[in-house]
Amino acid sequence: MSPRIVEVRRDILKKNDLLARELRDGFAAAGVFVASMVSSPGAGKTALLEETLRRLRPSRRVAALVGDLATERDAERLARAGAPVRQISTGTVCHLDAEMIKGALDGWTLDDLDMLFIENVGNLVCPASYDLGEDLRVVLMSVTEGEDKPLKYPTIFNTADVAIITKIDMAGPARFDAGAARHNIREVRPGIEILELSTFTGDGFDAWLQLIASRADAR
Amino acid sequence: MSLVEIAAEEAARLHAGRVLKVHVRVGRLSGVVPEALAFAFDAASAGGALDGAELVIEDVPASIYCDICDATRELPSVQHLRCPVCDAPALQVTAGRELQISALEVDDHVAAHR
Repeated sequence: MSPRIVEVRRDILKKNDLLARELRDGFAAAGVFVASMVSSPGAGKTALLEETLRRLRPSRRVAALVGDLATERDAERLARAGAPVRQISTGTVCHLDAEMIKGALDGWTLDDLDMLFIENVGNLVCPASYDLGEDLRVVLMSVTEGEDKPLKYPTIFNTADVAIITKIDMAGPARFDAGAARHNIREVRPGIEILELSTFTGDGFDAWLQLIASRADAR
Repeated sequence: MSLVEIAAEEAARLHAGRVLKVHVRVGRLSGVVPEALAFAFDAASAGGALDGAELVIEDVPASIYCDICDATRELPSVQHLRCPVCDAPALQVTAGRELQISALEVDDHVAAHR
C-alpha cells in the first residue's frame, strides 16, 4: 500500500490572527486607538515613543507596551514620560505576538485609555507576520540605514500603514537621498503615507502627532 | 501554535500512521524565508510525532489585482508592487501572504511516532 495524502489547509498563524481580531474588537469597544511601531534595532522607536507619550499626555490618556529580548531599559525610558508602561520580555523570541499583548494588558482597564502604543522588538522580518490587533502599523527607518532598506525588507513595509524616516537632521552627514528612499518605500507599499522627522530637533514631529490624532479621532 | 504542533494535531485527528511529508504553502509576502523554515522544521520535529518527516515547501508568488487592467496579475518581484503589464501601483494584494499547511503525506502501515 502506498502512502496516502490528506488535504489539511490550516493556516499556521490562524490562532494568532483570531486572537488579534479579539484584541482589536476589545480595543474598539473600549475606544482605544492602538499603534504599533516596527523597525530595525536602533532606528529610534523608543526615542520617538518617549517624545510622543510626553507630548500627547496632557490631552490624551496614553500607555505603552514595549517588547525586547532582554532588559527593561526601554520601559524605564518610556516611564520617564509619565505614562503607564509595561515591558514584554520575549526571551529568545524575535517578535511580539497577540498572546503576549493580551498577557501584558492583564490588570489594565482599557476604558481608562485613549491610545496604546506598542513598540515591537527591533527586527524587520518576523514582526511582519504577526497581527497584534493594532489599528495602525508604523514602520520606521533611519537615514543611516540606506535608501534601499524597503527593497531588502519588502514584507514589513508592505504590511505597514505609515512609514517614518527618522533622524532626518542627520540626512546631510549620512548622504541620505530622501527622494530615493520615498520612491523605494512606495515601490513596495504603493500609496503609503510617509513622514520625515527628527525626534531630537523636533523637525516634522508635529505632523506625526497630527497624523496620530486624526487617525485616532477618525475611528 | 507552531507548524509542527498543528501538523501533529492533524495527524492525530486523522488517526494517521507515520507522517512522511508535510506540505506547506509559503507566500513571498508572508515574511517567512523558506530556507530558514526548512532548517527550523528539522530541529523542531526531531524526537516528536513528526520525527523524520520531510517538509515540502510550495513557493507561492505574490499576485495583485490591477484595477486599471481589471485583472489579477502575478508579480515577478515583491520589490516592485506594480502591475507587470500596465505599471500601475498595486494597491490590492490577492495572494502571496499564505503560510499554510496544505497536506500531510502519511503511511498508515507504519506506527506513528509518539
